[in-house]
Amino acid sequence: MEEVTKLIHKYLRHDKKFPHVWCPGCGIGIMLGALIRAIDRIGYEKDEVVLVSGIGCSGRLPVYVDFNTLHTTHGRALTFATGIKLAKPGLKVIVVMGDGDAVAIGGNHFIHAARRNIDLTAIILNNSVYGMTGGQYSPTTPYGMRSTTTMYTNIEHAFKISELAVTAGAPFVGRGTVYHATLLDGLMEKAFLKQGFSVVEVIAHCNTQYGKLNRLGGPVEMLQWQRDHAVTVESAAKLSPKEMEDRFLIGVLADRDLPVYTEEYDRIRERAKLAQGKEA
Amino acid sequence: MKKRNLNEVLLQGNEAVVEGALRAGCRFFAGYPITPATEIAEIMSVRMPQLDGTFIQMEDEIASLGAVIGASLAGTKSMTATSGPGFSLMQENLGFACIAEVPCVIVDVMRGGPSTGLPTFAAQGDVMQARWGTHGDHPMIVLSASTVRECFDLTIKAFNLSERFRNPVILLLDEVVAHMREKVVLPEEGQVEIFDRVKPKVPPEWYIPYEDTPSGVPPMASFGEGYRYHVTGLTHDVRGFPTSRPDEIGPFIARLFRKISQRFPEIQMGEVDQVEGAEITVIAYGCVARSAKRAVREARERGIKAGFVKLTTIWPFMRSLVEPVLKTSKAVLVPEMNMGQISREVKRVNQGYTRVMTLNKVDGTIITPEEILGRMMEVA
Repeated sequence: MEEVTKLIHKYLRHDKKFPHVWCPGCGIGIMLGALIRAIDRIGYEKDEVVLVSGIGCSGRLPVYVDFNTLHTTHGRALTFATGIKLAKPGLKVIVVMGDGDAVAIGGNHFIHAARRNIDLTAIILNNSVYGMTGGQYSPTTPYGMRSTTTMYTNIEHAFKISELAVTAGAPFVGRGTVYHATLLDGLMEKAFLKQGFSVVEVIAHCNTQYGKLNRLGGPVEMLQWQRDHAVTVESAAKLSPKEMEDRFLIGVLADRDLPVYTEEYDRIRERAKLAQGKEA
Repeated sequence: MKKRNLNEVLLQGNEAVVEGALRAGCRFFAGYPITPATEIAEIMSVRMPQLDGTFIQMEDEIASLGAVIGASLAGTKSMTATSGPGFSLMQENLGFACIAEVPCVIVDVMRGGPSTGLPTFAAQGDVMQARWGTHGDHPMIVLSASTVRECFDLTIKAFNLSERFRNPVILLLDEVVAHMREKVVLPEEGQVEIFDRVKPKVPPEWYIPYEDTPSGVPPMASFGEGYRYHVTGLTHDVRGFPTSRPDEIGPFIARLFRKISQRFPEIQMGEVDQVEGAEITVIAYGCVARSAKRAVREARERGIKAGFVKLTTIWPFMRSLVEPVLKTSKAVLVPEMNMGQISREVKRVNQGYTRVMTLNKVDGTIITPEEILGRMMEVA
């Protein structure tokens, strides 16, 4: 407990008017905790961390934390982060998004950021719904579920965010849940330390909107669902496809070394100066 | 033998924009290919890395302006360039730059619209979009170039104004000016005034990022310099934190307007020639100002007392420059390559002083001196 109090004092903004905007039982706090613990363990200076977010419940996260913080437009957080990182490569730029942010309105930016491989970390809180606007379906709402805009059930099919990121070329992709808090701490730490574009998808619950509409119980029941449906990459190897059917993988889904944009661009600068020299 | 001036170059409008931007200290460009602005991106991709700057081609224009704002927050002078369709996409983040007060420059090389319209033909249809394209009340600074030299000068001016006022500045070109080649003599290094944003002088713990100042422009810290503060597109208090208190919202929006309005003279630029007692005065901007100048000269040769006004600053609209013209000219003609955007502003200022005539052309071709002269002869 003493450790937690220490972190709270070190990293939260005390001059910001708490309480925060999130509902009781929300999973975002666990994600924020994991983020702070990972940063603290690595030992980044607060001045060198930039936390960027988009719009929605997750978009409100940076305001509470004592870093350089930027709350951008809906879905565009990665584009702002791209500019910051390229202008000041020494900064540690972390982007927090929701599922609507990252794969609906910002889907294009997301796949291109993964392809481009700029050294950013994208943390995506996936709670399967637009929470802040009142529970509309998102690109990760499962087929057959209810939301305030699919009251007759959802007939669209959900994106698998992590698998999308792997296919798009992200060198590091991990998925965790807010139930598996220790795993999440580790995934964040690995992602922050990875050179290149890293993704951590955080499966979370929205008890206020999604849970209520689909009669999934309160936060406790929804956390239990995460416990029962998440399978680590290691355990999944022993399961049949049939057994994996309504389950999802957690752990490190991809970890590969690919050329990082900023380092490549340094070489472009050298080449450009060489070409300029020849011209003159 | 006559000594050749090394600063004398043949440049295209788009090329001059790049030269101006680099001279102003721009070291970050993010953009997306679009006719007729593409040359700016192409040349930037060659020049930026030579100067240890950064060029990046983003996935669309929304992303381009997002990256530009990010780079500016990190302390680098940044710009993008586009045309109508891309400018439409930028409106979202343009509003962000206004509310978060992030300096940046956007060059919009206007082409025929609406929608995909006429990619390779000139138009002046984005005048109102430049002013009101993003939602909500916001101040905006918009400049318009008529010559290649002006492309150079006004790009520098755009950076200076955006740094001074912490506001996005839009430079409107049109396809004609952007692709036209002219001989220009570029000023020597050091002859050009360059303004850099004011940074906080207080230690981080005393820094109030959106505090009101006499100028209305708060000093701006860059990310990573020890001033850890919050930047948001939400309406915020002086600390940068979101607020829903009317007593904080009102003064904030008022300050955004005041920082521009109390210093109009520093922003407003135009040319006024022989308007006193003119039978007719032509008010024009962009490529049309070139035709208008010629038409006015020919009218004078025919003995008509003709006045000429060129608007270099488009927004904020120069009431102080236009109103006296309306009071002294017997008639005013506003030729423009749209269905009447600046003429509406002229009529708004007019208050019954004089007769305001329009000449509108939207077929993709430039308004010729003959066409302007013909319309002038109707009153003279």
